[in-house]
Amino acid sequence: MKNKAGQLITPEISWKEITPGGTVYEGGSAHHFKTGDWRTMVPTYKPENCKQCLLCAPVCPDSSIPVQDGKRLDFDFDHCKGCGICFKVCPFGAIDFAKEEK
Amino acid sequence: MTIRDRLSGNEAVAIAMKQINPDVMPAFPITPSTEIPQYFSQYVANGEVDTVFIPVESEHSAMSACIGSEGAGARTFTATSSCGLALMHEMLYVASSSRLPITLACVNRALTGPININNDHSDSMGSRDAGWIQIYSENNQEAYDNFIQAVRIAEHKDVMLPAMVCQDGFITSHAVENIELIEDEKVKAFVGEYEPEEFLLKSDSSIAIGPYDTANFYIEHKKQQAEAMVNVKAVALEVAAEFEKMTGRKYGLFETYKLEDADTALVIINSSAGTAKDAIDTLRAEGKKVGLLKIRLFRPFPKEEIAEALKHVKAIAVMDKCEGFSAAGGPLFAEVRSALYDLNEKPMTVNYIYGLGGRDVKTTDIESVYSDLDVIVESGKAGDTYRYLGVRE
Repeated sequence: MKNKAGQLITPEISWKEITPGGTVYEGGSAHHFKTGDWRTMVPTYKPENCKQCLLCAPVCPDSSIPVQDGKRLDFDFDHCKGCGICFKVCPFGAIDFAKEEK
Repeated sequence: MTIRDRLSGNEAVAIAMKQINPDVMPAFPITPSTEIPQYFSQYVANGEVDTVFIPVESEHSAMSACIGSEGAGARTFTATSSCGLALMHEMLYVASSSRLPITLACVNRALTGPININNDHSDSMGSRDAGWIQIYSENNQEAYDNFIQAVRIAEHKDVMLPAMVCQDGFITSHAVENIELIEDEKVKAFVGEYEPEEFLLKSDSSIAIGPYDTANFYIEHKKQQAEAMVNVKAVALEVAAEFEKMTGRKYGLFETYKLEDADTALVIINSSAGTAKDAIDTLRAEGKKVGLLKIRLFRPFPKEEIAEALKHVKAIAVMDKCEGFSAAGGPLFAEVRSALYDLNEKPMTVNYIYGLGGRDVKTTDIESVYSDLDVIVESGKAGDTYRYLGVRE
């Protein structure tokens, strides 16, 4: 994320350079905010069971199931919060869901 | 040619709003400010303004709608009093920290409890730390003039903070006095268009306002917001100078009345300043050197200038129309006394809580305060600094 002068906003930025009111000058900036470490439960993708029905990707509240050329890929663990909705919706047992060991 | 008229304070502010013709006005009625949105919605219904009037379901919603519309790039006004301002409290902070220059007409009324609809300053004093510019007005003329100037001050690029323009409920808001209005086109030219650098409806950019701020950034944003408030003094004087050129009416950070050679003085806010000026004239005729400092800008608080104006005075009574329950005096007392602390030779300073819940303050009450100050000067002792005026013992 940058200020209007194009300077990157990092924890080193001074009060003079930070954006007034915290205004965000770009779209899609939620991508910069990594929420993966909020997780206590973690889904595991099992491609061998997956039929690529793609029921899981649209129900993910955090866009953490990337889809490329009509096929889902492994989870985006930088943003997956471990809510388990994808695990509930999968009809083929292609997603495991268990306590995350850290 | 200026327009001479007879108006109440509420009518005067409603007319200032009409002349400026804002984009949006969300408001909820509450005594004694109700007439402002009432008159204004008539202007809307009559097609005299282009404003979108939003009849909201509460003051919390009124301020929320103000934030949304000002953030979208629309010049937005509202009006409230008392518990209405208290219900806005949470959103007042969102408006100021998001740097949205909303202008609010505050018609000062006591806060409940016990329930009371009459004037004191406990409502706006309760919002004094919300990051809003606060400008106080002695009479209908000042309420009108200050509202027009407040829009310019708030929207100045070095400021970008919301402003509330305060006047005393009923005493000023409902009493009809002579007033000089400025022609519509002159007001429009003076205030100009609201042209923020960034706003939500700007077609060629996408922004988000009011996001979550982590501990890494919050204090930097607060320092930046505080610095904007520091800038207000210079901007207010610049706007006042331009206003004086247009109208001949002079405004400063505060007003002094016969203070230059005074031995004793009052510091006071809003309509009671008029009562005090009358008492001063009586006492001056008796040869007493008495004076007055009337607060105009309370936020920001012009502490150096106030200390400079009061430094020669022997004893000062700071008049609070608001109890702060600090057990040490009201909010104005704390500010004035703190401002005087940096002086090498400090005037003796006492506090009076007065006029709460609409208790009448007469010239004789003010004269009694000056008599008390005489006793302090003669004895050289301030005595109890936390006093009440006109309370039954």
